[in-house]
Amino acid sequence: MSAVSTPPRGVARPPRAGRTWRARAGVAVPHLILIAYVVVACGPIALIVMNAFKSRQAIFEEPFAFPTPSTVDLGGFETVFTRARFELYFLNSFIVTVGTVVLVLLLGSMAAFALAEYRFAGITVVSLYLAVGIMIPIRLGTVGILDLMVRLNLVNSLAGLVLVYTAMGLPLAVFVLTAFFKQVPGDLKDAARIDGASEYRVYALALPLARPGLAAIGVYTMLPIWNDLWFPLILTPGEGVRTVTLGTQLFLGQFVSDWNAVLAVLTLAALPMLALFIIFSRQFVRGLTSGAIK
Amino acid sequence: MTSAPPEGIGIDATAASTPAVAPMPAARPRRRFRTHLVVFIAPAAAIYTIFMVYPLLDSLRLSLYAPVDGVQTFVGLDNFVHLVSDDLLSDAFWNAVWNNLVFFAVHFFVQNPIGLLLAALLAAPTLRGRSAYRTLLFIPTTLSVVIVGFIWQLIISPVWGFVETPLLGQSSTALVTLALMSVWQYIGIPMILFYAVLISIPDELIEAATVDGAGAWSTFWRVKFPLILPTVGIVSVITYVANMNAFDLIYTVKGALAGPDFASDIMGTLFFRTFFGFQLQQGSSTMGATVATMMFLLILAGVLAYFYGWQRRIQSYQL
Repeated sequence: MSAVSTPPRGVARPPRAGRTWRARAGVAVPHLILIAYVVVACGPIALIVMNAFKSRQAIFEEPFAFPTPSTVDLGGFETVFTRARFELYFLNSFIVTVGTVVLVLLLGSMAAFALAEYRFAGITVVSLYLAVGIMIPIRLGTVGILDLMVRLNLVNSLAGLVLVYTAMGLPLAVFVLTAFFKQVPGDLKDAARIDGASEYRVYALALPLARPGLAAIGVYTMLPIWNDLWFPLILTPGEGVRTVTLGTQLFLGQFVSDWNAVLAVLTLAALPMLALFIIFSRQFVRGLTSGAIK
Repeated sequence: MTSAPPEGIGIDATAASTPAVAPMPAARPRRRFRTHLVVFIAPAAAIYTIFMVYPLLDSLRLSLYAPVDGVQTFVGLDNFVHLVSDDLLSDAFWNAVWNNLVFFAVHFFVQNPIGLLLAALLAAPTLRGRSAYRTLLFIPTTLSVVIVGFIWQLIISPVWGFVETPLLGQSSTALVTLALMSVWQYIGIPMILFYAVLISIPDELIEAATVDGAGAWSTFWRVKFPLILPTVGIVSVITYVANMNAFDLIYTVKGALAGPDFASDIMGTLFFRTFFGFQLQQGSSTMGATVATMMFLLILAGVLAYFYGWQRRIQSYQL
């Protein structure tokens, strides 16, 4: 899609393209606006990351300068690692996020496969019932969720978080993946059935064909979970089960005036998702643009 | 929105692809119970029901109860009456509702138009470096609100000197400043949604307009914009639901008290304080549930207004 940078839309350009003032402006102006907005979007992040590696004095005196050998200071990172157990928080966030994504993709794709594949009484009711959750924020049920978690003895446990996030992610996953499973050609599945494959085997065969949908839902589920503050704050405030987002929030509250430490923790907390997003951004956009949300 | 299911995919096609309303053939053999249907659907339905639907209904139920001598007692709509009319509570409640609407309005009038502009530029077929732009512009959306809140707090703090006035410290500017920080973060979402629909517009339509002598500007407003109107509606309603439900940014930057002097208090922070209590205020699960129910009703009202007011009109307009 994006590979086609020279479209066959020759009509759009005047015969002597690039010659006139208007044509040049037509090419340059969009770039100017986009670059200006890139600076607005990424400038603040660059500023934080850059200054995290500098000495206290350099942070205040030359905020826009890159760290140089004379201004480099990793004291902030030292404070973060000695005063807070960030490696533990990262592990907790990792367990919760991966656990949820796996459950959402597995259970979501199973339900979506059934809804796309079979006809049965009540299919509309089941689809609607699951779809309602797309529009209703699960947060509104927090009073009931905390009550339930207390009764199930899941407060301060990562399993509790995983279950809540799975319930939160499933409605959209089922909705989107149903659309993807409906596009899987029927001949393939029928051929497998004639060969005697069970329905579970047919599901396993169809699953790889819904891969773009799975990738998009994976990224889409992962981001809000990794970044969530509300449920960790309420369900897992304990030191041993803290997530990165909650740990960062508490750390920032404590070290608000130690700018080195603050900048360092911001950088540390941002980097994993940034790296992951840059690696998977193509799948993410392709998943969204290839019919995931329409 | 739910399109009609395609005619019988798979094995059932031969036997029972007719809709449920059609009379069943008399001779049709009774189908065996399909265990795999339950195996496929039950786990997802169970987790969704136990951890989302049930707590939600339980919260709605709790909003009708109040503790009397330590026992939860049914009190009907008393909590709601208190919330909207009691001297202390109602001030906080109406203030939060109003602030929430302002918070939404900033997103609606700043975030979505800029998102649309960026998407329109990105979707231009002659643009080079599109995927790099797309990734860079989306980056703030991937950060956690905690990070975003602190990045901007540092940047606009008078200590660093980029902004002289304490924007977050004055009641006149705090809410709008917070809303703009949130716009900065979430602009990627309307951008990507608009972008997705813009690149799906058939080339022939745009070519036809170009042949007819329309420039880029009028092509956009006369051809593309009417086609993306339904997406404008969806993006608006997504923005509304997300904003009515916002909490993290204000909690991160201003704490549960949403200062100065509750100038940045919204429904989410009010809910948190009512539920858990803060400083002198005692926490109450039933009043918390009442605030959550009001949030639910406000969100529902917005979604229904979209479906019955906007989407219907758009459809008849397009036909």
